[in-house]
Amino acid sequence: MSDLKKTPLNETHRRSGAKMVDFGGWDMPVQYSGVIDEHNTVRKAVGLFDVSHMGEIEVRGPEALALVNYVSTNNAAKLKLGQAQYSGLLYEHGGFVDDILVHKVADDHYFLCVNASNQDKDFEHIAAHNKFDCEVENAGPRYAQIAVQGPKGPATLQKLTKTELAPIKYYHFEDGEVSGTPARIARTGYTGEDGFEIYVAPDQAARLWDELMEAGAEFGIKPAGLGARNTLRLESAMALYGHEIDASIHPFEAGLSWIVKMDKGDFLGRAALEKAQSNRKLTGFTMCGRGIGRDGYEIQIDGSAAGWVTSGGPSPTTGKNLGMCYVPVDKAAPGNAIQIMVRNQPVEAVTAATPFYKRAK
Amino acid sequence: MYPEKLLYTKDHEWVSVDGEIGTIGISKYAEQSLGDIVYVDVPKVGASVEAGKTLGSVESVKAVSDIYSPITGEVTAVNETLATAPEKINEDPYELGWLAKIKMSAPDELKGLMNAAAYAKYLEGQ
Repeated sequence: MSDLKKTPLNETHRRSGAKMVDFGGWDMPVQYSGVIDEHNTVRKAVGLFDVSHMGEIEVRGPEALALVNYVSTNNAAKLKLGQAQYSGLLYEHGGFVDDILVHKVADDHYFLCVNASNQDKDFEHIAAHNKFDCEVENAGPRYAQIAVQGPKGPATLQKLTKTELAPIKYYHFEDGEVSGTPARIARTGYTGEDGFEIYVAPDQAARLWDELMEAGAEFGIKPAGLGARNTLRLESAMALYGHEIDASIHPFEAGLSWIVKMDKGDFLGRAALEKAQSNRKLTGFTMCGRGIGRDGYEIQIDGSAAGWVTSGGPSPTTGKNLGMCYVPVDKAAPGNAIQIMVRNQPVEAVTAATPFYKRAK
Repeated sequence: MYPEKLLYTKDHEWVSVDGEIGTIGISKYAEQSLGDIVYVDVPKVGASVEAGKTLGSVESVKAVSDIYSPITGEVTAVNETLATAPEKINEDPYELGWLAKIKMSAPDELKGLMNAAAYAKYLEGQ
Protein backbone atom coordinates (compact mmCIF):
# COMPACT_ATOMS: atom_id res chain seq x y z
CA MET A 1 0.00 0.00 0.00
CA SER A 2 2.77 2.40 0.93
CA ASP A 3 4.31 1.85 -2.50
CA LEU A 4 1.29 3.27 -4.29
CA LYS A 5 1.65 6.66 -5.90
CA LYS A 6 -0.70 9.34 -4.66
CA THR A 7 -2.22 12.35 -6.36
CA PRO A 8 -2.34 15.71 -4.55
CA LEU A 9 -6.04 14.96 -3.92
CA ASN A 10 -5.47 11.70 -2.06
CA GLU A 11 -6.35 13.17 1.33
CA THR A 12 -9.42 14.84 -0.15
CA HIS A 13 -10.69 11.50 -1.49
CA ARG A 14 -10.08 9.66 1.74
CA ARG A 15 -11.73 12.42 3.76
CA SER A 16 -14.81 12.31 1.49
CA GLY A 17 -15.24 8.58 2.00
CA ALA A 18 -14.18 7.44 -1.45
CA LYS A 19 -13.43 3.78 -1.96
CA MET A 20 -9.80 3.61 -3.02
CA VAL A 21 -8.17 1.03 -5.28
CA ASP A 22 -4.76 0.29 -6.72
CA PHE A 23 -5.04 1.50 -10.30
CA GLY A 24 -1.86 0.74 -12.19
CA GLY A 25 0.23 1.60 -9.15
CA TRP A 26 -1.83 4.65 -8.16
CA ASP A 27 -4.02 4.89 -5.09
CA MET A 28 -7.17 6.19 -6.78
CA PRO A 29 -10.87 6.62 -5.94
CA VAL A 30 -12.96 4.01 -7.74
CA GLN A 31 -16.23 5.36 -6.40
CA TYR A 32 -17.81 7.80 -3.96
CA SER A 33 -21.62 7.60 -3.86
CA GLY A 34 -21.78 4.62 -6.24
CA VAL A 35 -20.82 4.06 -9.85
CA ILE A 36 -24.33 4.31 -11.28
CA ASP A 37 -25.21 7.43 -9.31
CA GLU A 38 -21.97 9.14 -10.32
CA HIS A 39 -22.44 8.07 -13.94
CA ASN A 40 -25.94 9.52 -14.08
CA THR A 41 -24.81 12.71 -12.35
CA VAL A 42 -22.24 13.30 -15.10
CA ARG A 43 -24.80 12.60 -17.84
CA LYS A 44 -27.45 14.89 -16.32
CA ALA A 45 -25.57 17.53 -14.33
CA VAL A 46 -21.85 17.64 -13.50
CA GLY A 47 -19.23 15.39 -11.95
CA LEU A 48 -15.72 16.05 -10.73
CA PHE A 49 -12.86 13.64 -11.47
CA ASP A 50 -9.33 13.61 -10.15
CA VAL A 51 -7.22 12.61 -13.12
CA SER A 52 -3.94 13.86 -11.72
CA HIS A 53 -2.44 10.43 -12.26
CA MET A 54 -2.43 11.14 -16.00
CA GLY A 55 1.00 12.03 -17.36
CA GLU A 56 2.11 15.18 -19.11
CA ILE A 57 5.04 15.45 -21.50
CA GLU A 58 6.27 18.80 -22.77
CA VAL A 59 8.07 19.09 -26.08
CA ARG A 60 9.88 22.38 -26.66
CA GLY A 61 12.23 23.79 -29.24
CA PRO A 62 12.26 25.13 -32.79
CA GLU A 63 11.72 21.61 -34.10
CA ALA A 64 9.03 20.64 -31.60
CA LEU A 65 6.49 20.08 -34.36
CA ALA A 66 8.90 17.84 -36.28
CA LEU A 67 9.41 15.59 -33.25
CA VAL A 68 5.73 15.46 -32.30
CA ASN A 69 4.76 14.65 -35.87
CA TYR A 70 7.44 11.98 -36.11
CA VAL A 71 6.38 10.11 -32.97
CA SER A 72 2.60 10.52 -33.35
CA THR A 73 0.09 9.37 -35.96
CA ASN A 74 -2.20 12.38 -36.32
CA ASN A 75 -1.00 15.52 -38.09
CA ALA A 76 0.07 18.05 -35.48
CA ALA A 77 0.88 20.50 -38.27
CA LYS A 78 -2.88 21.03 -38.62
CA LEU A 79 -3.19 22.29 -35.06
CA LYS A 80 -3.78 25.97 -34.44
CA LEU A 81 -2.53 27.64 -31.26
CA GLY A 82 -4.87 26.60 -28.49
CA GLN A 83 -6.08 23.49 -30.26
CA ALA A 84 -5.78 19.85 -29.18
CA GLN A 85 -6.00 16.57 -31.07
CA TYR A 86 -6.32 12.88 -30.22
CA SER A 87 -3.38 10.91 -31.53
CA GLY A 88 -1.39 7.70 -31.20
CA LEU A 89 2.19 6.87 -30.34
CA LEU A 90 3.25 3.77 -32.26
CA TYR A 91 6.15 1.38 -32.18
CA GLU A 92 7.99 0.80 -35.43
CA HIS A 93 5.96 -2.40 -35.85
CA GLY A 94 2.72 -0.39 -35.85
CA GLY A 95 1.39 -1.35 -32.40
CA PHE A 96 0.43 1.24 -29.81
CA VAL A 97 2.84 2.67 -27.26
CA ASP A 98 -0.07 4.79 -26.04
CA ASP A 99 -2.93 7.02 -27.09
CA ILE A 100 -2.45 10.68 -26.28
CA LEU A 101 -3.78 14.22 -26.52
CA VAL A 102 -1.52 16.72 -28.27
CA HIS A 103 -2.01 20.40 -27.37
CA LYS A 104 -0.33 23.16 -29.34
CA VAL A 105 0.76 25.77 -26.79
CA ALA A 106 3.12 27.68 -29.12
CA ASP A 107 4.89 27.06 -32.41
CA ASP A 108 7.82 25.71 -30.42
CA HIS A 109 5.87 24.10 -27.57
CA TYR A 110 3.56 21.08 -27.57
CA PHE A 111 1.93 19.68 -24.45
CA LEU A 112 1.03 15.99 -24.46
CA CYS A 113 -1.40 14.37 -22.05
CA VAL A 114 -0.69 10.63 -21.75
CA ASN A 115 -1.96 7.65 -19.80
CA ALA A 116 -0.87 7.36 -16.18
CA SER A 117 0.72 3.94 -16.32
CA ASN A 118 2.41 4.68 -19.65
CA GLN A 119 3.97 8.03 -18.88
CA ASP A 120 7.52 6.87 -18.21
CA LYS A 121 7.44 4.48 -21.16
CA ASP A 122 6.07 7.26 -23.41
CA PHE A 123 8.69 9.72 -22.26
CA GLU A 124 11.51 7.26 -22.90
CA HIS A 125 10.04 6.39 -26.27
CA ILE A 126 9.81 10.01 -27.37
CA ALA A 127 13.21 10.91 -25.93
CA ALA A 128 14.78 7.92 -27.71
CA HIS A 129 13.50 9.20 -31.06
CA ASN A 130 14.41 12.81 -30.39
CA LYS A 131 16.72 13.30 -33.36
CA PHE A 132 15.49 16.87 -33.55
CA ASP A 133 17.31 18.38 -30.60
CA CYS A 134 14.07 19.20 -28.78
CA GLU A 135 13.70 19.53 -25.06
CA VAL A 136 11.47 16.69 -23.88
CA GLU A 137 10.26 16.87 -20.30
CA ASN A 138 8.45 14.18 -18.31
CA ALA A 139 6.30 16.77 -16.58
CA GLY A 140 3.70 14.67 -14.74
CA PRO A 141 4.81 15.72 -11.26
CA ARG A 142 4.34 19.40 -12.16
CA TYR A 143 0.64 19.02 -12.92
CA ALA A 144 -2.53 18.04 -11.18
CA GLN A 145 -5.50 17.48 -13.48
CA ILE A 146 -9.16 17.82 -12.60
CA ALA A 147 -11.94 16.97 -15.05
CA VAL A 148 -15.22 18.86 -14.72
CA GLN A 149 -17.61 16.84 -16.85
CA GLY A 150 -21.27 17.08 -17.68
CA PRO A 151 -23.80 19.51 -19.17
CA LYS A 152 -23.36 21.78 -16.11
CA GLY A 153 -19.56 21.55 -16.27
CA PRO A 154 -19.07 24.84 -18.12
CA ALA A 155 -21.44 26.75 -15.81
CA THR A 156 -19.66 25.32 -12.78
CA LEU A 157 -16.18 26.23 -13.97
CA GLN A 158 -17.23 29.65 -15.27
CA LYS A 159 -17.95 30.75 -11.70
CA LEU A 160 -14.25 30.35 -10.88
CA THR A 161 -12.57 31.87 -13.91
CA LYS A 162 -12.50 35.14 -15.84
CA THR A 163 -11.60 33.22 -18.99
CA GLU A 164 -14.67 33.20 -21.15
CA LEU A 165 -15.49 29.52 -21.59
CA ALA A 166 -18.27 29.69 -24.18
CA PRO A 167 -15.93 30.55 -27.10
CA ILE A 168 -13.60 27.62 -26.29
CA LYS A 169 -14.65 24.96 -28.75
CA TYR A 170 -14.44 21.19 -28.25
CA TYR A 171 -10.81 20.07 -28.38
CA HIS A 172 -9.54 23.60 -27.83
CA PHE A 173 -7.95 25.11 -24.73
CA GLU A 174 -6.89 28.36 -23.21
CA ASP A 175 -4.30 29.24 -20.62
CA GLY A 176 -5.83 31.41 -17.93
CA GLU A 177 -6.56 31.35 -14.24
CA VAL A 178 -9.01 29.33 -12.22
CA SER A 179 -9.69 30.75 -8.79
CA GLY A 180 -6.53 32.80 -8.90
CA THR A 181 -4.08 30.12 -9.95
CA PRO A 182 -2.63 29.61 -13.44
CA ALA A 183 -4.49 26.87 -15.28
CA ARG A 184 -4.64 25.23 -18.67
CA ILE A 185 -8.35 24.99 -19.42
CA ALA A 186 -9.11 22.40 -22.09
CA ARG A 187 -12.53 21.53 -23.47
CA THR A 188 -11.72 17.84 -23.59
CA GLY A 189 -12.87 14.79 -21.67
CA TYR A 190 -13.32 11.06 -21.46
CA THR A 191 -17.02 10.87 -20.72
CA GLY A 192 -18.83 11.81 -23.93
CA GLU A 193 -20.21 14.89 -22.20
CA ASP A 194 -19.39 18.56 -22.46
CA GLY A 195 -16.87 19.77 -19.93
CA PHE A 196 -13.30 20.72 -19.23
CA GLU A 197 -10.04 19.22 -18.12
CA ILE A 198 -8.02 21.64 -16.02
CA TYR A 199 -4.28 21.41 -15.50
CA VAL A 200 -2.93 23.21 -12.42
CA ALA A 201 0.02 23.12 -10.05
CA PRO A 202 -0.27 20.17 -7.64
CA ASP A 203 -0.29 22.36 -4.52
CA GLN A 204 -3.41 24.13 -5.80
CA ALA A 205 -5.40 21.00 -6.52
CA ALA A 206 -7.06 20.37 -3.15
CA ARG A 207 -8.23 23.98 -2.79
CA LEU A 208 -9.49 24.03 -6.37
CA TRP A 209 -11.34 20.74 -5.88
CA ASP A 210 -13.17 22.15 -2.86
CA GLU A 211 -14.03 25.35 -4.69
CA LEU A 212 -15.33 23.43 -7.68
CA MET A 213 -17.49 21.29 -5.39
CA GLU A 214 -18.89 24.48 -3.90
CA ALA A 215 -19.38 26.17 -7.28
CA GLY A 216 -21.22 23.14 -8.63
CA ALA A 217 -23.39 22.61 -5.56
CA GLU A 218 -26.34 24.46 -7.12
CA PHE A 219 -26.21 22.03 -10.06
CA GLY A 220 -25.92 18.92 -7.90
CA ILE A 221 -22.22 18.30 -8.54
CA LYS A 222 -20.75 15.07 -7.19
CA PRO A 223 -17.24 13.67 -7.09
CA ALA A 224 -16.87 10.71 -9.41
CA GLY A 225 -14.37 7.87 -9.46
CA LEU A 226 -12.68 5.63 -11.95
CA GLY A 227 -15.67 3.27 -12.00
CA ALA A 228 -17.95 5.92 -13.51
CA ARG A 229 -15.13 7.19 -15.71
CA ASN A 230 -15.00 3.72 -17.23
CA THR A 231 -18.75 3.24 -17.78
CA LEU A 232 -18.98 6.75 -19.28
CA ARG A 233 -16.11 6.23 -21.72
CA LEU A 234 -17.41 2.75 -22.60
CA GLU A 235 -20.82 4.12 -23.63
CA SER A 236 -18.96 6.68 -25.75
CA ALA A 237 -16.79 3.86 -27.17
CA MET A 238 -13.54 5.63 -26.36
CA ALA A 239 -10.48 3.39 -26.33
CA LEU A 240 -8.68 2.50 -23.12
CA TYR A 241 -5.03 1.50 -23.34
CA GLY A 242 -4.55 -2.11 -22.30
CA HIS A 243 -8.07 -2.94 -23.47
CA GLU A 244 -8.99 -1.73 -26.97
CA ILE A 245 -5.40 -0.85 -27.84
CA ASP A 246 -1.96 -2.07 -26.82
CA ALA A 247 1.41 -2.95 -28.34
CA SER A 248 -0.11 -5.85 -30.30
CA ILE A 249 -2.90 -3.81 -31.90
CA HIS A 250 -2.51 -1.34 -34.74
CA PRO A 251 -4.77 1.67 -35.28
CA PHE A 252 -6.68 0.32 -38.29
CA GLU A 253 -7.83 -2.72 -36.32
CA ALA A 254 -8.97 -0.46 -33.50
CA GLY A 255 -11.11 1.70 -35.79
CA LEU A 256 -8.68 4.57 -35.33
CA SER A 257 -7.67 5.18 -38.94
CA TRP A 258 -9.04 8.71 -38.46
CA ILE A 259 -6.08 9.57 -36.22
CA VAL A 260 -3.53 8.19 -38.71
CA LYS A 261 -2.46 10.64 -41.42
CA MET A 262 -0.46 8.50 -43.84
CA ASP A 263 0.10 11.46 -46.15
CA LYS A 264 1.72 13.79 -43.60
CA GLY A 265 5.27 12.50 -44.12
CA ASP A 266 7.25 9.84 -42.32
CA PHE A 267 6.38 8.85 -38.77
CA LEU A 268 7.14 5.97 -36.45
CA GLY A 269 5.07 2.94 -37.42
CA ARG A 270 4.13 4.28 -40.85
CA ALA A 271 6.11 1.70 -42.82
CA ALA A 272 4.50 -1.13 -40.84
CA LEU A 273 1.02 0.32 -41.33
CA GLU A 274 1.53 0.48 -45.10
CA LYS A 275 1.88 -3.28 -45.12
CA ALA A 276 -0.48 -3.97 -42.24
CA GLN A 277 -2.99 -6.72 -42.78
CA SER A 278 -5.38 -7.99 -40.23
CA ASN A 279 -8.36 -10.22 -39.98
CA ARG A 280 -9.74 -8.67 -36.81
CA LYS A 281 -11.61 -5.47 -36.12
CA LEU A 282 -12.94 -3.70 -33.09
CA THR A 283 -16.71 -3.47 -32.89
CA GLY A 284 -19.43 -2.88 -30.33
CA PHE A 285 -21.72 -5.56 -28.94
CA THR A 286 -24.85 -5.76 -26.86
CA MET A 287 -25.87 -8.80 -24.85
CA CYS A 288 -29.08 -10.57 -25.86
CA GLY A 289 -29.04 -13.42 -23.36
CA ARG A 290 -28.75 -13.18 -19.61
CA GLY A 291 -25.20 -12.41 -18.60
CA ILE A 292 -22.61 -9.68 -18.81
CA GLY A 293 -19.72 -9.87 -21.25
CA ARG A 294 -16.66 -8.51 -19.50
CA ASP A 295 -13.06 -7.60 -20.27
CA GLY A 296 -11.14 -10.59 -21.58
CA TYR A 297 -14.08 -12.94 -22.12
CA GLU A 298 -13.79 -15.15 -25.19
CA ILE A 299 -16.04 -14.62 -28.18
CA GLN A 300 -17.26 -17.57 -30.17
CA ILE A 301 -19.03 -17.79 -33.50
CA ASP A 302 -20.65 -21.12 -34.38
CA GLY A 303 -18.83 -22.83 -31.54
CA SER A 304 -15.30 -21.68 -32.40
CA ALA A 305 -13.12 -19.06 -30.74
CA ALA A 306 -13.44 -15.88 -32.79
CA GLY A 307 -12.21 -13.00 -30.65
CA TRP A 308 -12.38 -11.41 -27.23
CA VAL A 309 -14.13 -8.71 -25.25
CA THR A 310 -11.89 -5.68 -24.73
CA SER A 311 -14.24 -3.83 -22.35
CA GLY A 312 -17.71 -4.80 -21.29
CA GLY A 313 -20.26 -4.22 -18.59
CA PRO A 314 -23.58 -2.71 -17.73
CA SER A 315 -24.38 0.64 -19.31
CA PRO A 316 -26.33 2.84 -16.90
CA THR A 317 -27.56 5.25 -19.59
CA THR A 318 -28.95 2.65 -21.99
CA GLY A 319 -29.82 0.02 -19.39
CA LYS A 320 -28.15 -2.61 -21.58
CA ASN A 321 -25.17 -4.85 -21.03
CA LEU A 322 -22.72 -3.90 -23.75
CA GLY A 323 -19.10 -3.48 -24.66
CA MET A 324 -16.45 -3.60 -27.33
CA CYS A 325 -14.71 -6.63 -28.79
CA TYR A 326 -12.40 -7.89 -31.48
CA VAL A 327 -14.02 -10.18 -34.03
CA PRO A 328 -13.11 -11.29 -37.57
CA VAL A 329 -13.41 -8.41 -40.05
CA ASP A 330 -16.36 -10.00 -41.85
CA LYS A 331 -18.32 -10.16 -38.58
CA ALA A 332 -17.58 -6.62 -37.42
CA ALA A 333 -20.57 -4.94 -39.04
CA PRO A 334 -23.53 -4.34 -36.71
CA GLY A 335 -26.11 -7.10 -36.45
CA ASN A 336 -23.96 -10.23 -36.47
CA ALA A 337 -24.81 -12.91 -33.92
CA ILE A 338 -21.90 -13.80 -31.63
CA GLN A 339 -21.63 -15.74 -28.41
CA ILE A 340 -19.71 -14.52 -25.39
CA MET A 341 -18.33 -17.14 -23.05
CA VAL A 342 -19.54 -16.20 -19.59
CA ARG A 343 -18.06 -18.64 -17.08
CA ASN A 344 -17.74 -21.33 -19.75
CA GLN A 345 -21.29 -20.88 -20.99
CA PRO A 346 -22.00 -19.23 -24.36
CA VAL A 347 -24.38 -16.28 -24.01
CA GLU A 348 -25.97 -14.73 -27.10
CA ALA A 349 -24.88 -11.25 -28.11
CA VAL A 350 -25.00 -9.17 -31.26
CA THR A 351 -22.44 -6.84 -32.80
CA ALA A 352 -23.52 -3.21 -32.57
CA ALA A 353 -22.65 0.21 -33.89
CA THR A 354 -20.70 2.54 -31.62
CA PRO A 355 -20.84 4.88 -29.83
CA PHE A 356 -23.67 3.56 -27.68
CA TYR A 357 -24.32 7.04 -26.40
CA LYS A 358 -24.01 10.41 -28.07
CA ARG A 359 -24.93 13.60 -26.31
CA ALA A 360 -27.42 15.96 -27.89
CA LYS A 361 -25.55 18.92 -29.36
CA MET B 1 -24.80 -4.47 10.25
CA TYR B 2 -24.48 -8.17 11.09
CA PRO B 3 -27.67 -9.73 12.49
CA GLU B 4 -27.17 -12.00 15.51
CA LYS B 5 -29.35 -14.82 14.22
CA LEU B 6 -27.18 -15.44 11.16
CA LEU B 7 -24.01 -17.47 10.63
CA TYR B 8 -21.22 -16.14 8.41
CA THR B 9 -18.39 -17.40 6.21
CA LYS B 10 -14.95 -15.92 5.58
CA ASP B 11 -16.11 -15.27 2.03
CA HIS B 12 -18.90 -13.05 3.39
CA GLU B 13 -21.93 -15.25 2.79
CA TRP B 14 -24.54 -15.67 5.52
CA VAL B 15 -26.83 -18.56 6.42
CA SER B 16 -30.11 -18.38 8.27
CA VAL B 17 -31.18 -21.77 9.63
CA ASP B 18 -34.79 -22.88 9.90
CA GLY B 19 -34.99 -26.62 10.63
CA GLU B 20 -33.27 -28.44 7.79
CA ILE B 21 -33.42 -25.43 5.45
CA GLY B 22 -30.59 -22.94 5.24
CA THR B 23 -31.22 -19.61 3.51
CA ILE B 24 -28.12 -18.05 1.96
CA GLY B 25 -27.19 -14.48 1.12
CA ILE B 26 -24.21 -12.13 1.15
CA SER B 27 -23.29 -9.85 4.02
CA LYS B 28 -23.48 -6.09 4.23
CA TYR B 29 -19.71 -6.04 3.96
CA ALA B 30 -19.81 -7.99 0.69
CA GLU B 31 -22.63 -5.87 -0.70
CA GLN B 32 -20.80 -2.65 0.13
CA SER B 33 -17.51 -3.90 -1.27
CA LEU B 34 -19.17 -4.82 -4.54
CA GLY B 35 -21.14 -1.61 -4.96
CA ASP B 36 -24.14 -1.42 -7.30
CA ILE B 37 -25.20 -5.00 -7.99
CA VAL B 38 -26.50 -5.46 -11.52
CA TYR B 39 -26.67 -9.21 -12.07
CA VAL B 40 -27.14 -12.35 -10.02
CA ASP B 41 -26.52 -15.91 -11.13
CA VAL B 42 -27.88 -18.69 -8.88
CA PRO B 43 -28.41 -22.39 -9.54
CA LYS B 44 -31.76 -23.88 -10.47
CA VAL B 45 -34.08 -25.44 -7.94
CA GLY B 46 -33.11 -29.07 -7.51
CA ALA B 47 -29.40 -28.49 -8.09
CA SER B 48 -26.90 -29.99 -5.65
CA VAL B 49 -24.45 -27.66 -4.00
CA GLU B 50 -21.41 -28.40 -1.92
CA ALA B 51 -19.98 -26.42 0.97
CA GLY B 52 -17.04 -24.30 -0.16
CA LYS B 53 -17.86 -24.74 -3.85
CA THR B 54 -19.24 -22.08 -6.16
CA LEU B 55 -22.96 -21.59 -5.76
CA GLY B 56 -23.27 -18.78 -8.26
CA SER B 57 -22.08 -15.24 -8.77
CA VAL B 58 -23.00 -11.67 -8.08
CA GLU B 59 -21.91 -8.92 -10.43
CA SER B 60 -21.56 -5.25 -9.75
CA VAL B 61 -20.96 -2.59 -12.37
CA LYS B 62 -17.26 -3.16 -11.99
CA ALA B 63 -16.70 -6.79 -11.17
CA VAL B 64 -17.83 -10.38 -10.89
CA SER B 65 -17.73 -12.05 -7.50
CA ASP B 66 -18.24 -15.77 -6.95
CA ILE B 67 -20.54 -16.89 -4.18
CA TYR B 68 -19.45 -20.00 -2.30
CA SER B 69 -22.05 -22.17 -0.68
CA PRO B 70 -21.59 -22.29 3.10
CA ILE B 71 -23.48 -25.63 3.24
CA THR B 72 -23.98 -28.85 1.32
CA GLY B 73 -27.41 -29.84 0.08
CA GLU B 74 -30.10 -29.37 -2.51
CA VAL B 75 -31.47 -26.04 -3.71
CA THR B 76 -35.17 -25.85 -2.82
CA ALA B 77 -35.82 -22.22 -3.80
CA VAL B 78 -34.10 -19.27 -5.40
CA ASN B 79 -34.95 -15.59 -5.05
CA GLU B 80 -36.63 -14.94 -8.41
CA THR B 81 -36.99 -11.20 -7.81
CA LEU B 82 -33.22 -10.78 -8.13
CA ALA B 83 -33.39 -11.63 -11.85
CA THR B 84 -35.11 -8.33 -12.50
CA ALA B 85 -34.18 -6.41 -9.34
CA PRO B 86 -30.62 -7.40 -8.33
CA GLU B 87 -30.30 -4.09 -6.47
CA LYS B 88 -32.42 -5.62 -3.70
CA ILE B 89 -29.16 -7.09 -2.42
CA ASN B 90 -27.77 -3.58 -1.92
CA GLU B 91 -30.98 -2.34 -0.40
CA ASP B 92 -31.58 -5.22 1.97
CA PRO B 93 -28.90 -7.94 1.95
CA TYR B 94 -30.39 -9.93 4.84
CA GLU B 95 -34.09 -10.06 3.95
CA LEU B 96 -35.19 -9.12 0.42
CA GLY B 97 -31.75 -9.86 -0.97
CA TRP B 98 -31.55 -13.55 -0.05
CA LEU B 99 -30.16 -15.75 -2.82
CA ALA B 100 -31.18 -19.37 -2.32
CA LYS B 101 -32.66 -21.86 0.13
CA ILE B 102 -30.87 -25.15 0.59
CA LYS B 103 -32.04 -28.37 2.20
CA MET B 104 -29.00 -29.28 4.23
CA SER B 105 -27.54 -32.77 3.99
CA ALA B 106 -24.68 -32.13 6.42
CA PRO B 107 -25.92 -29.77 9.16
CA ASP B 108 -22.70 -30.32 11.09
CA GLU B 109 -21.06 -27.94 8.63
CA LEU B 110 -22.79 -25.09 10.46
CA LYS B 111 -20.36 -25.57 13.33
CA GLY B 112 -17.58 -24.33 11.09
CA LEU B 113 -19.27 -20.97 10.49
CA MET B 114 -18.87 -17.76 12.47
CA ASN B 115 -21.49 -16.11 14.62
CA ALA B 116 -22.06 -12.36 14.29
CA ALA B 117 -19.50 -11.43 16.95
CA ALA B 118 -16.81 -13.67 15.46
CA TYR B 119 -17.56 -12.33 11.97
CA ALA B 120 -17.36 -8.72 13.13
CA LYS B 121 -14.00 -9.49 14.67
CA TYR B 122 -12.88 -11.26 11.50
CA LEU B 123 -13.79 -8.15 9.48
CA GLU B 124 -11.56 -5.98 11.63
CA GLY B 125 -8.63 -7.86 10.16
CA GLN B 126 -9.82 -7.37 6.57
